[in-house]
Amino acid sequence: MKVRVKIFRGNNFNERSPKDYQIFEYTGDEKASVAQLLYELNSTDELVDADGNKCEKISWECSCFVKKCGACAMRINGVPRTACSFFLYELKDRELTLEPLSKFPLVKDLTVDRSFIFESLKNISLWLEGKAGHSPETHEFRYGSAKCLMCGCCLEVCPNFRVGGKFTGAVTPVNMFRILDGQEKNDHRKDLKRSYSKSYYEGCGKSLSCRDICPAGIPVDDLIARSNAAAVWGRG
Amino acid sequence: MRTDKEKILITGSGLAGLSAALECALNGKESILISSAPSQRAQSVMAEGGINAALDTKGESDSPEEHFQDTLKAGCFLADARAVRGMTEAAPGIVMSLKDMGVCFNLDENGDPDLRNFGGQKKKRTAYAKSDTGKQIMTALTDEVRKYEASGMITRFMNHSFETLLFSDCDRQVCTGCLIRDDYTDEILRFESSAVIIATGGMHGLFGNTTGSRLNTGDAVAELFRLGAEIINPEFIQYHPTTVSSGGKRMLISEAARGEGGRLFAMKESDRWYFMEEKYPELGNLMPRDITAREIWRTGKKYPVFLDMTHLPDDIMENKLSGIVEDCITYLNLNPRKEPIPVEPGIHYFMGGLNAGRNHMTNIQGLFAAGECCGLYHGANRLGGNSLLGAVYGGRMAGKNACDYSEHNTLTAGSDSFYDDLSGKCTISDKDRVLLQNTLNKCMGVVRSEKELQEGLEIIRGIEGDAARLGEALCAAALERRESRGAHFREDYPDTRESFCKSTVLRR
Repeated sequence: MKVRVKIFRGNNFNERSPKDYQIFEYTGDEKASVAQLLYELNSTDELVDADGNKCEKISWECSCFVKKCGACAMRINGVPRTACSFFLYELKDRELTLEPLSKFPLVKDLTVDRSFIFESLKNISLWLEGKAGHSPETHEFRYGSAKCLMCGCCLEVCPNFRVGGKFTGAVTPVNMFRILDGQEKNDHRKDLKRSYSKSYYEGCGKSLSCRDICPAGIPVDDLIARSNAAAVWGRG
Repeated sequence: MRTDKEKILITGSGLAGLSAALECALNGKESILISSAPSQRAQSVMAEGGINAALDTKGESDSPEEHFQDTLKAGCFLADARAVRGMTEAAPGIVMSLKDMGVCFNLDENGDPDLRNFGGQKKKRTAYAKSDTGKQIMTALTDEVRKYEASGMITRFMNHSFETLLFSDCDRQVCTGCLIRDDYTDEILRFESSAVIIATGGMHGLFGNTTGSRLNTGDAVAELFRLGAEIINPEFIQYHPTTVSSGGKRMLISEAARGEGGRLFAMKESDRWYFMEEKYPELGNLMPRDITAREIWRTGKKYPVFLDMTHLPDDIMENKLSGIVEDCITYLNLNPRKEPIPVEPGIHYFMGGLNAGRNHMTNIQGLFAAGECCGLYHGANRLGGNSLLGAVYGGRMAGKNACDYSEHNTLTAGSDSFYDDLSGKCTISDKDRVLLQNTLNKCMGVVRSEKELQEGLEIIRGIEGDAARLGEALCAAALERRESRGAHFREDYPDTRESFCKSTVLRR
C-alpha cells in the first residue's frame, strides 16, 4: 500500500503555514501502524521527501509500540491518537497528515513537552497517605483509573484545558478516582477533595469532548462522574 | 550541580529506578531521578503476567525456599545464590507492600493477592493484575514517588539521558557523578555525587526487533562498558516462547495465557500436535521459557505453531487475561476467544548485564546497577514473574546500599576531582546500528553455532561505535561458552558441561 504522508516539520505549530509541512511517500503493509511508518522512515540511511530532497530525521517520541505507554500520541488526520494504534488500512483515502499535539509546548516536529501533566498531578497532591483500601465493589474502576497513559489525548480535545492554566483536564478525575477510593478518611483526603474542586471541577465546562478519545479505552466520563461524586457530592 | 546534602543519582525511572528512589527516601536520603521519558513510558509498564512471591495462600505448602530452588534451577546455577535467597525471602513482603501502595492485584476470596501458575514452577506463586501487572504496579509506585517529589526528597529530570560517568581520577576507579543530556535542548548538565545507580533497562537496542521498549537502547551500558565497567553473562538472552510480529517489532503474548490453561500445538498436516504436553508430561506448556522457546523454534521449522486459548472460560478471559484479548484484536485482527494465535519465540529479556555484587555495586566504586541492566538474579534463564520482583528488590537493595555507601564517602568541595572522558565516546551511526542489529539477530538466535558466531564477530569487529563493542562482547561470550546452558544453546555443543558452570565476565 502506498501512502502520501504530510508531516509538520518545525518548532512553531501555532503559527504554522503550508510550507511547514513536508510530504513523504511510504510504501508498506496496510497493517502497518503510523508508529511503524515513522520508525521505518527514520531507519532509512538517508531520509528523502517526496520531491527527492534530503532532510533531517523526524522528531517524535515512542517506546512500547503496543499502546501501553502513551509516548507516541499525536494528531493523526486531525484527531489525537497514539501512532502505534492507528493503522494504514483505516485510512479513507491514502492521505495521512501527522501533526504534534497542539496544546503542549512544541519541542520539534511531532515531539511536545508534556511536563505540565506531571507537574499538575504533583500540585494536586495525587498520592495516598497510609495504606490503600481495596473495596471489591470499585476494583474495576480503580484498575481502569490506573491504566491512564498520560498521553495527553483527552487534554488535546478539551475546550477548557491549556498548559499553565488552573484547570488540569480529565487526567485529574481519571487518576483521582483510585486515590480518593483507596484513601482512608483523614486530612489528606479532605485536601484532595479541595484541590480536586479547584483544579478540575470548577473549570470543567461539561462538554464531554474527552469521551471516547482515550487510546487506552478508559471510560473517562464514567470516572469523571465517580470522582465528582466522591470529591464534590460526598458520595463514596 | 552540587548540593549541601549529597543526593543519590539514579538514571532510569522504570520499576527499578522508582524502587531505588523510594528506598533512598525511606532512608532519609535525597535523590535525583533522571530518565529519558516519564515513568509511564518505561518498559516496566509492558510487563504482563505477574510477580512471583511464595505467599502460600493456595494450600500447596509453598515456601520462599522452593521459590529459591526454582529460580536457581531455571537459571542453571549461574545466578548468585545468596542474592537469589535474599530476593525470594523478601518477595512475599514486597507483594504485600505493593498491595498497600494501592496496586490493583486480582484478589482471592480472603482479600489476598490471587496467585496463578507460571512456567518452571509447580506451585501457584505468581501474583497478578489481569494481564497488565507491570502497568498497575508502575502506576502505584509513580503515585508513591510523587509524594516524595512534592516534599523535595526526590527531584526528577525527565527527558534527560545518561551521557557519561564522572571519575575521581583518570584511572576510572571511583565514580563521582555523571553528565546528563537534556534530550529537548541537547544541553549537558553535570551532577556530582559519590553514588550513582544505573537502572536503564536491557540491551534491546542492540537487536531492535524485541518485545522491549524502543527506549531501552543499551547505550548507557555500552558507555559504561567503554569506561571499564564489567559485563556478566551477556550470552544469556531470553527468547520468550510466545511472541508475534507486529508494528515492525515483536509483541508479547504473556505466559499468563498458558498459566491459565492455554495450550501450544503444531499443525501437523491436518492434525493438532500438542508437542509440549507429549514431550513434557509433568509441566507441559509451562516448562521454563528456554526449553519452551527452543521446542517452538524446532517444531516451527516444520509446522506452524499456535497458542490455543479458545477453550478457556469467559470469566478467565475477561477477569484474568483481558489485556491479551485486546492486544490480539487491535494488533492481529484476531480474537483469541475464537481462533488460536500463531506464535514464534522472540527476544524478551537480557539475563546478563552490568556485573554487580550482592550490594549491587559494580567494579567501579560508587557505581550501582539494578533492574534488567544488572546481571545478578537470573543466571542462564529467568523465570517468568521474576523480572518485576528482581526490579523492585534490586532497586531497593541498590538504593539501600547506595545510601550506606554515600554516608561513608561524602564528596567534599575542593578536595574531590571530577574527570570525564566524553571525548573518547564513539556513537554508532544509524546505518551501522542496523548492520549491528541484523548481525546479532542472525548469530545470536535461539540456536547458535561456532560458524555463525565467528562470522558475526568478524562483521561486528568492523563496525565503529561503543554499541558495536558491547555487541562484540555478547558475541564473544556466546562463542567462548562451548556448551549449552539455559537460554544459550549451541548446536555444536548441545550438552551442559560441568566445567562451564561459571559466569562469563567481560571487560573492554
